[in-house]
Amino acid sequence: MLNALTLILCTQLVGEVAARSLGLPVPGPILGMVALTIGFATVPKLREAVRPVAQGILGHLSLLFVPAGVGVIGNLQALQGMGLALTLAILVSTVLAIAVGAVTFALVARLTGARDD
Amino acid sequence: MTDVAQIWSYLSQGPLLWLTATLAAYGIGDACFRAVNRAPVANPVLIAVVLLGGLLWLTGTPYATYFEGAQFVHFLLGPATVCLALPLADNLPRLRRALLPVAAALLVGSVTAMTSALAIAWAFGADAALLASLAPKSATAPVAIGIAEGMGGQPTLTAVLVILTGITGAVIATPLLNLLRLKDWRARGFAVGVASHGIGTARALQVHPVAGAFAGLGMALNAVLTALLAPFVLGFFVN
Repeated sequence: MLNALTLILCTQLVGEVAARSLGLPVPGPILGMVALTIGFATVPKLREAVRPVAQGILGHLSLLFVPAGVGVIGNLQALQGMGLALTLAILVSTVLAIAVGAVTFALVARLTGARDD
Repeated sequence: MTDVAQIWSYLSQGPLLWLTATLAAYGIGDACFRAVNRAPVANPVLIAVVLLGGLLWLTGTPYATYFEGAQFVHFLLGPATVCLALPLADNLPRLRRALLPVAAALLVGSVTAMTSALAIAWAFGADAALLASLAPKSATAPVAIGIAEGMGGQPTLTAVLVILTGITGAVIATPLLNLLRLKDWRARGFAVGVASHGIGTARALQVHPVAGAFAGLGMALNAVLTALLAPFVLGFFVN
């Protein structure tokens, strides 16, 4: 467990250093995610060694957003009297983006025969 | 006998109290979520946030004090993002077979999220700084904040809008996609990850592992695409 956790943190560290030193518009953890995916694909033993820890953390991924969510409650005044407009903008755009994105995916998958088997 | 106020002032200095409260509030939220047969409206994050927000308000606790305890939970967001490599690697052959649908849904989903949000706010008379803060709201928080700042937006407002977008996506995704009768877990997960980043991905992981993997991929790809497209799309609404 300790080794798996160290590997995860090291990967994030490498991602952070790469993102900052190369001035990339992607956060370090996402670069780390890409790097570890490649690592897992090339060394299957590594994937199985990290699996229990990764599953443990991902099993409670929602919990990790709670502190940032509480910050929203204290900062609602940042909406500056545009609360209704911004709420509507977020609600409608999220509904549209999910619907249109998912339908596009399914349509293109059907057209190109990219079935999920 | 020690005064209650003394115990309170001791506890409110350290991280223990608010770290415990964060886990307990999420535990309550998760219990409610299970009690209503996992109805998406009873989103555990939403319930925990409302409970904790009320508690902070009642006790007059500033957010900075709360965050001293909550930071340990918040910190794990980075390592958890790295851990998304696991569902991605598990589904790599599946991802390879879906490159075209992924590219198409990414472009369409990302552009739809930005233009529709900007058009609505613009119609309500939002100024340029507000529009710049809103444009990248579907990207993961650190990326969105960086993009908004670069375009003259306000980081605090962007952070609020990003979280609200995530919670909205997590709550509406399942009923919306059921209504559309889409059964492809890849399509469902990917669209949610593109539109509502990590909070949507957390929701997708609860629903199905394939949806979770595609949501993680959608979140990562849209972080990059939003950084590239946001200034261009914003240009249509401000001059």
